[in-house]
Amino acid sequence: MAVILDLVVQGLQMIVVLALAPLLTGFVRKVKARLQRRQGPSVLQPYRDLARLFRKEAVLADNASWLFRATPYLIFAATWVAAALVPTFASGLLFSWSADLIAIIALLGSARFFLALAGMDVGTAFGGIGASREVMIASFAEPAMIMMVFTVALVAGSTQLSTISAVFADSDVGLRVSLGLALIALILVAIAENGRIPVDNPATHLELTMVHEAMVLEYSGRHLALIELATSLKLLLYLSLITCVFVPWLMAPAGAGAEAYVVGLAVWLMKLAIGGALLGAFETSIAKMRVFRVADFLGAGLMLGLLATLLLFVSRSI
Amino acid sequence: MITALVLSGIAAHLAVSVLAVILRRHAAATPVTYGLSAVVSAFLMAVALIRLLGGGGDDPVVLPLGIPWIGAQFRLDALSAFFLAVIALGGIGASLYAIGYGRHEPEPQRVLPFYPAFLAGMSLVLIADDAFSFLFAWETMSLASWALVVSQHRDPANIRAGYVYIVMASAGTMALLLGFGLLAGASGGYAFADMRAGTLTPTTAAFVLALALFGAGSKAGIVPLHAWLPLAHPAAPSHVSALMSGVMTKVAVYAFIRIIFDLAGTGAWWWATVVLVFGAATAVLGILFALMQDDLKRALAYSTIENIGLIFVGLGLALAFRGNGMSAAAALAFTAALFHVLNHSAFKSLLFLGSGAVLAATGSRMMDTLGGLIHRMPLTAFAVLVGAVAISALPPLNGFVSEWLTFQAVLLSPDLPQWDLKIIVPAAGAMLALAAALAAACFVRLYGVSFLGRPRSDAAAEAREVDRWSVGVMLGLAALCLALGILPGLVIDALAPVSEAMVAGRLPAQATTAWLSIVPVAEGRSSYNGLLVFVFIAATASLAALVIHRLASDKLRRSAAWDCGFPDPTPATQYTAASFSQPIRRIFAAVIGARERVDMPPPGDMRPAAFAVEMRDMVWDGLYQPVASGVSAVADRLNRFQFLTIRRYLTLVFAALVTLLLVLAIWP
Repeated sequence: MAVILDLVVQGLQMIVVLALAPLLTGFVRKVKARLQRRQGPSVLQPYRDLARLFRKEAVLADNASWLFRATPYLIFAATWVAAALVPTFASGLLFSWSADLIAIIALLGSARFFLALAGMDVGTAFGGIGASREVMIASFAEPAMIMMVFTVALVAGSTQLSTISAVFADSDVGLRVSLGLALIALILVAIAENGRIPVDNPATHLELTMVHEAMVLEYSGRHLALIELATSLKLLLYLSLITCVFVPWLMAPAGAGAEAYVVGLAVWLMKLAIGGALLGAFETSIAKMRVFRVADFLGAGLMLGLLATLLLFVSRSI
Repeated sequence: MITALVLSGIAAHLAVSVLAVILRRHAAATPVTYGLSAVVSAFLMAVALIRLLGGGGDDPVVLPLGIPWIGAQFRLDALSAFFLAVIALGGIGASLYAIGYGRHEPEPQRVLPFYPAFLAGMSLVLIADDAFSFLFAWETMSLASWALVVSQHRDPANIRAGYVYIVMASAGTMALLLGFGLLAGASGGYAFADMRAGTLTPTTAAFVLALALFGAGSKAGIVPLHAWLPLAHPAAPSHVSALMSGVMTKVAVYAFIRIIFDLAGTGAWWWATVVLVFGAATAVLGILFALMQDDLKRALAYSTIENIGLIFVGLGLALAFRGNGMSAAAALAFTAALFHVLNHSAFKSLLFLGSGAVLAATGSRMMDTLGGLIHRMPLTAFAVLVGAVAISALPPLNGFVSEWLTFQAVLLSPDLPQWDLKIIVPAAGAMLALAAALAAACFVRLYGVSFLGRPRSDAAAEAREVDRWSVGVMLGLAALCLALGILPGLVIDALAPVSEAMVAGRLPAQATTAWLSIVPVAEGRSSYNGLLVFVFIAATASLAALVIHRLASDKLRRSAAWDCGFPDPTPATQYTAASFSQPIRRIFAAVIGARERVDMPPPGDMRPAAFAVEMRDMVWDGLYQPVASGVSAVADRLNRFQFLTIRRYLTLVFAALVTLLLVLAIWP
């Protein structure tokens, strides 16, 4: 019986993240539009876009290979599995032990690997430029992320997200310099990984400035819809990750009752809304940077992460 | 008994070598030699697995060969058995592949006799139980591989590669010889058992560490001793490249483990700092150089250097933990290193065999002449894709598991008491993460430029899928990469006796954990389940495909590429290998010694603009050139001694004798 309940909660989590991901994207867009004194499209617009794209026929370039067709499904699957393993409203989910934080990051790495390959598959200059820049950004973002993982794992004594959030929810941890640095590093990485301003512009149509959009330029129809959905899922994943590690309060522990789940869900939605609003405000207040400045931006993240880890090697209580 | 079986297998390898000489120009020489090599390798694999999984004694064998009163001693212990299995795996793969691939060889008689001898030499190194047999086998391995490197001797680049290789190999063997001399001590106990029993002063031990790092490290490709590797590995025929990169570098890792973990005693904790610094530097520099190569096989060779760096970081962590008596953590780091040994031999063999297939199909290994091979060689392209994902340390394949285990070992290291280690270990962890991310970039580039896109040459446009033997072996290795990635617990359990013997600790048994997860330390701390991750991804992807095709749309139309409305039909508009790595090259320009020169004529000048990138290997210019010119300068001076009169020679001999006697007289 308990197993079935766990299974239900795990399944619920998978469906909730999938269902809410486009809403979060729409919400961030709405916040940005309002800050720019525009009306902006409805927060439900991403759902309409997805529904339209799913129904359209897919147009493939003549020389696109099977890899190009398989990639959207692989990216979507890897991102969704990763998002389902991050605790959102409840921790200690049934399958949370099957991949720890390092594995979740690596899963996103797998998705990116295939997306970059798909960008090169048709053999256009845009695909190449996108793939080349994406791997350049990733080769700084990933180590910075691993350093951030080292920091929280050393404080919590575990790389399992459920354990980490349980330890951090406990007020014994307190405010620490290392965690502060790790939080900044995580935010820098999250901005870069999700292709937000100032690293990349998700709304761009100016070819030379784009990274992610250049890679997916040849995609259309259901393939594009899956990639867009995966992008939304990734944004949700990173926001959930930040909340689950740094503001884990009121998350339902394993085996809690329905009441705790409802509270957890409501609080998580609020956390997401705050995170999304902050992201929209941040993006409105800053300009996109040149591609070669991204290395400095993420290099700062890497150094902060390394510094945080070093502090913990020096003393467990800093 | 079991050691005798291995010896008989090695003798069989040598017999195949003789047979290859006899058959020489016969048409059947190629399939017979490679077929028999595969059979003998399979036999050695079976023996190694029996020893590794079944346990049992070490059962030494002494043959009346070698140095008098010592004899040639052989022994198969758990460590040797693991490495023997790795070598036999590479041997089986490369031999079966070569049954098909070997037909492209213009002069097979230059390859066939040395190939089984190479396998025999590598296997003999592993079971040698005294310094003389070890060095004899080591030199057999070096010379046989040298002969294979220069087998296509009409290309002057290969001759140069062979020359650099033989010089470095000789220097490495020299270092090992001196190292064994120090281990044997004044009493001259050259058997490994005597060395183990002896104790070393800290100074002697430090010299042993330096010599072992030089001797084994030069063979493995530790920076800055790597310069020969990217020249020599690509020069050999591709199945031999696979063996050299995938397997021979592992023999060097074995030599390092045997000397430092087994023969040299417990050692001091600071050894770890040296190994960690060299390992981390090797990992990052290796992959950065790999990212800059236009030659498929050379990029793979540099990536081997990176992976050797990862293995040495694992070994360095194990040394640090062992030096502080933390045996469980040492077992974790050591197991991670050995797991990576196995993983790397699987995917690097696969990738080199894939590059051989590309070479056979298109006649080129320069990435900028390839492209679009995924359409022409679908099976090769699939297998190489699996290898590329595996080597980029991405789940659910095997490369990720060893990476993950190494990270878990890094996370145990704040408990180390020494300050040097507290600083170096997290830095090494950051370097590992950087190397892993750059590896993904490197293999996106390698695969994207050569296999995807549009063909950049006629040869690539008309490539044909290679023969069935080659494709079969590549797919088999790809399946192995997946199996090792989703069932890592089996490997960890098999490695337990090895880590027990070397670092006196073992990881908890993984076979009993639920759902075949791996739990290296404790349940609440960390766990990973490759099988579930793989099943989840496969299930979710198929479910999504099914639902979308059923409920939404399954219509598909082919059309010209969109390319923002201005598609250009010339393949030259695609990104090239050099343009793909340009951002990374710029960022790391100072590290890798890259300099861009742009010649932009002023307006009105009709001269074409020019752009050139200059890559200078700082290690080559800063270390090898001075040493080489120093050696030739000294040799020029010494040359005069060849033209003396007999009286002067006699005077010299007398002076030398007196000097030596004086030294003996003053020696404490």
